Amino acid sequence: MDINELLEPFARMLDTAAAPALVRAVEGGASAAPMWQELLESGFLDALVAEDKGGAGLSLGDIEPLIEALGARAVPLPVAETMVARALLADAGLAAPDGPIALATSATSGQMVVCALVAAHVLVDTGAELILADIADLIVTPTGVHHALAARVAWTGRPQGQSLPRPAHGLRRIAALLRAALIAGAAGRLIEMTTAYANERVQFGKPIGRQQALQQNLAVIAEDAISARLAAQLGCAGGPTGSLVAAATAKAMTSAVVARIAATAHAVHGAIGVSEEYDLQLLTRRLHEWRLADGSEGYWHKVIGEARLADPAGSIDWVRNAVFA
Amino acid sequence: MFDTLTLASLSPEDEALRPQIRAFLSRHLDGLPLDRRARSWQGFDADFSRKLGAAGFLGQTLPKEYGGGELGPFARFVIVEELLSAGAPVAAHWIADRQSAPLILNYGTEEQRRKYIPAICRGEALFCIGMSEPGSGSDLASIRTRADRTDKGWVVNGQKNWTTHAMHSDYMIALLRTSGTIADRQAGLSQLIIDLKAPGVTVRPIVDLNGDAHFAEVFFENVELGPDALIGTEGEGWKQVTAELAFERSGPERIYSSVVLLDAWIAHLQSVGRTDAHGLVGRLMTELAALRAMSIACTARLVLGESPVVEASIVKDRGTTFEQELPMAIGDDLAAHPDEVVSDDLHRALLYVTHIAPSFSLRGGTREILRGIIARGMGLR
Repeated sequence: MDINELLEPFARMLDTAAAPALVRAVEGGASAAPMWQELLESGFLDALVAEDKGGAGLSLGDIEPLIEALGARAVPLPVAETMVARALLADAGLAAPDGPIALATSATSGQMVVCALVAAHVLVDTGAELILADIADLIVTPTGVHHALAARVAWTGRPQGQSLPRPAHGLRRIAALLRAALIAGAAGRLIEMTTAYANERVQFGKPIGRQQALQQNLAVIAEDAISARLAAQLGCAGGPTGSLVAAATAKAMTSAVVARIAATAHAVHGAIGVSEEYDLQLLTRRLHEWRLADGSEGYWHKVIGEARLADPAGSIDWVRNAVFA
Repeated sequence: MFDTLTLASLSPEDEALRPQIRAFLSRHLDGLPLDRRARSWQGFDADFSRKLGAAGFLGQTLPKEYGGGELGPFARFVIVEELLSAGAPVAAHWIADRQSAPLILNYGTEEQRRKYIPAICRGEALFCIGMSEPGSGSDLASIRTRADRTDKGWVVNGQKNWTTHAMHSDYMIALLRTSGTIADRQAGLSQLIIDLKAPGVTVRPIVDLNGDAHFAEVFFENVELGPDALIGTEGEGWKQVTAELAFERSGPERIYSSVVLLDAWIAHLQSVGRTDAHGLVGRLMTELAALRAMSIACTARLVLGESPVVEASIVKDRGTTFEQELPMAIGDDLAAHPDEVVSDDLHRALLYVTHIAPSFSLRGGTREILRGIIARGMGLR
């Protein structure tokens, strides 16, 4: 199946359902229910659910472009997370609730969970099992970061809720892949916005995009974005049973390019880029949030390095087997 | 942006070549010391190249009709990946196999194809590329060396510089001015095949900072060539060179130049049992994996018959940045443990790569030129 047949209608739906003004409204505290209702009715939330269980039976590799599309629009809901959660629930023979499901990838109570403020449920990885907890049964504390939808999620004892089997390497491996694809999508959009702005903005009598200094910097972040996209695609191609190192590579590569892409995008835009009314900040704030979520590059580099040093193979062989297999 | 660079993979048929080339390399490279292997694609051994040709490992992308394997760019990717991983001395056949033969196939006459390509596939015709001149480096369109038409063909006068392995090569494919003046820039340039044994050709090797002589200056004094020296169309040299550079810039050699050093360092970490380098090792492996995906994605464009000029520039710029970072990061790690003994082999390989690394982002187009090409590809200027 050609994913573009799905990507176009999905992207079109997001362009209206999650237009920048609506993203801002949700971040500002307005209800996300209308946006969620459109996503729910679109049927895309069951993209990963097996066909015999009523879903589309797609793989994570198949839908990677859809996750990029979510990232490119800074969609303020845990859409990719819900897709994964609904597939895990279906595999376990459990019915999925209608609302958004966030992922808690650490067994530690009090951890930061992306999109917790707009989630109806949190799928918690306790290290032994997954528990689908109703948000009302958890202690959710906003962080105080302006317009952030991530929040601290805590519980006492064992979280309340239905139990389902924990996949190999837990939720963190899967969440890492989702974050990687989201970052790749947002990074690609940032490069487009920044290139367009550099061609429009005139200083010294010509578009600033004609300055070699800018061109060199923009070329570097374009390379960063391509590295991120390929690493995300490579990781997601491994699917739900892919190797930990492939997922680690995806999250580490995408997280590692965030700082430079965001910095250059802001530098080129100048002051307007940090203003609330301009869309750039919707994407750069997400990039930083996703980089820090579910293990930064520093966390995943160590995972990769430890696996590498435990293997006597040459580096090209090792990479082929651990990441590309 | 650059959506053509998307995930691609090697086929099982291409992968099937891997055990064969491995078996060949283990027979022919046994005992080659680390600092020789660290020279990677700078290492010159004509005998080794002939053996590779005889075993059928050259010319994978070329038609069988001309002695090639007709397997395509991904087959070459697998062979090259194994050659570089092993640190094989590939310089003798490298340029001919990578870009001269495809250039002759694309633009040459039937006679030229039959004359050169089978010999290249046997590892017997060694080529160099005459681009840079004393006054023309990054500004390649400013070259002055001329080829003028005569009754019998062409006469060449001028000088090329920094020509890789010119002193060992049989032929040079040179970019020359065949009409107009340097004010005409890209117009009036053509590519000619020059027999380096022709009277009037003088080649002087240039010794580098490691004591190696891998490049040379080449003088042409009334060098007479036949009419069949012209390759492709007169006046189309710039366009042909641009397409040729896509081959030169896209290959895995642009990400693997320092991989022998990387492996030696990892073996060192394993042998001393150090566990404080996990983060650095992981960072380097991450970049290596992403670059491999990028290089395979670029090769997929070659498979489709495209000339991925911008994509190849992206791979080369990113790849050489990684290749240059390796010796710096490894040097810092080793010297951050002054009480740890480092073998002479590893020390020599480290310093060899440290010293030669600046050339990685010069040869085949400088970093700044490549980033200009990428910026244009993004729609800037």
